[in-house]
Amino acid sequence: MSAAGTGLHVRGRAWVFGDEVNTDEMFPGFANRLPIKEAAQTMFNASRPSWPALVRPGDIVVAGRNFGLGSSRPVALLFQQLGVSALLAEHINSLFFRNSINYGLAALTVPGITAHVTEGDELVVDVTAATVVNIRTDTQLTGAPLPEFLLSILRAGGLSAQLERAGHLRAPVPIQPAVHAPTAR
Amino acid sequence: MADTLIEKVLARACGAETVAPGDVVTCDVDLSVLIDTQFLAGRLDDVVAVYDPDRIAIVMDHAVPAPSIRDAESGRGARAFAAKHHIERFFDIGRHGIVHQVLAEEGLARPGMVIACTDSHTCAAGAVGAAARGLGPIEMLQIICTGRTWYEVPPTVRYDLTGCLPGGVSGKDVFLFLAGRDGEASGHAVEFGGPGLEGLAMSDRRTIATQGAEIGADFTIFPSDERCLNAVSQAAPDAELIPVLPDAGADYAAQRAIDLAEVSPMVALPGSVIDNAQPVGDVAGTPVDQAFIGSCANGQLADLEVAARVLKGRQVAASTRLIVTPASQRVYAEAARRGYLADLVDAGATVTNPTCGACFGYAMGVLGPGEVCITASTRNFKGRMGSPEAAIFMASPATVAASAIRGAISDVREIAEAPE
Repeated sequence: MSAAGTGLHVRGRAWVFGDEVNTDEMFPGFANRLPIKEAAQTMFNASRPSWPALVRPGDIVVAGRNFGLGSSRPVALLFQQLGVSALLAEHINSLFFRNSINYGLAALTVPGITAHVTEGDELVVDVTAATVVNIRTDTQLTGAPLPEFLLSILRAGGLSAQLERAGHLRAPVPIQPAVHAPTAR
Repeated sequence: MADTLIEKVLARACGAETVAPGDVVTCDVDLSVLIDTQFLAGRLDDVVAVYDPDRIAIVMDHAVPAPSIRDAESGRGARAFAAKHHIERFFDIGRHGIVHQVLAEEGLARPGMVIACTDSHTCAAGAVGAAARGLGPIEMLQIICTGRTWYEVPPTVRYDLTGCLPGGVSGKDVFLFLAGRDGEASGHAVEFGGPGLEGLAMSDRRTIATQGAEIGADFTIFPSDERCLNAVSQAAPDAELIPVLPDAGADYAAQRAIDLAEVSPMVALPGSVIDNAQPVGDVAGTPVDQAFIGSCANGQLADLEVAARVLKGRQVAASTRLIVTPASQRVYAEAARRGYLADLVDAGATVTNPTCGACFGYAMGVLGPGEVCITASTRNFKGRMGSPEAAIFMASPATVAASAIRGAISDVREIAEAPE
């Protein structure tokens, strides 16, 4: 489930991380040469190695200050591979922020979010309004709304989809139906 | 309106009289640079047309020569892309280097330019007054297709430098000093100026500018003073240079002072540089398994020179391995001509081909569990250089060289003063 697929509303369980979670922690250097599907299984291998196996589609990642400090490696693709639907943080590194949005993963700066959420809480996020409702505590926080041009990237499903629509990128070659598909006969 | 340096550059680039922090501006990108790793799965094959082949460069740096079949495939992709889209500025293996070093050497980074590249250390070009920052791989696709992207004008933190660096102290120590004292600069531009700038070598400025990424800065930027303009015109004799300086009375989010004469050799402790650097004396004596000098931050000729000077006639400790990786072919060749490489190799260092190398734990100089490394590179994140159970200290090339000799973190000023 991505933000784009649900009209920029997402609902999911929260995973809470601390301050200064860096890109190398989320996407280890050696995983750069792995296919995305396999690289996703290495997320947080140094700090929380069991995490990728615990994530369920729709889950939301909550972090503290300076979220995503580091490099431009496409961490968002790994989160999306695991089904993560949104990132919420006290403050997000600007490179990581635009990189996430550009891959179609909603990322919102929500001051106070780490005090507002306990791991496992069910959250409902309206990305357009930048509101986060905690179902358990029945409270709402409001973050910094995204400008329209970034919302439109999320609605499109990411920058690559926008570039395809504008004719800058050729659409990927569709995957051929598998020969052993049950419908083949 | 009085503008800071980054406001000046972004205002020109977006065609506005002036800009203010918080403004989101759309700018023409003067130079877009692609790197080898982007060709792994970056959809560059799907690009219909590039906006201007003369404003695009391709630099092979992260994984060269190819350490794996996948990396070899990305090299093939880069060569095919360069041929198909007529990219003449293609720095393939043999005329390559780390992208930021190549931009400096080739005079491709100039004052006032807007430079986009997917590597997060693109802020290195701020050393010559360019608005340069790392952007994601997918955004680079947009830029090479359209020639434009957006920036949010950040508030500026200003550093006023006075004095002169003492012996054994370099730009790395200045950076670690400010990261340790002042902490992060997330979402800010970091601007340098003041009378101390005059004596600060371009290599030191480049180290500082490069490492702005580690304190979360959007941009690090230096004014185009005489030293800067001389360096750029030496690299690009035909370029018409327009100096960029901040306006007097510009509005800064913070103004801080550093007396360069007071800076001493610094070491960042493992994890991050933010609020985490100390004078070398605090950690001296910590045994090190590996010492590394290289990367876009510290693989410059000046860095190899200082390492060679410390190591000449001495030996790397038996318990320690020293890896030295020149930042470019040009640095490699010049260091060979000047005898630095021979001095380093004679001392027991492993000198490698130019590449990003051990800095990002991908292809060489990878750390094992429980190992301790002292590095003059860009990042000391847990797991950055290999095992998450390795510890990475960060320091200047001089401190790393001194530590390699003793097999433990050491103050270079003691080594330099020791009798032969």
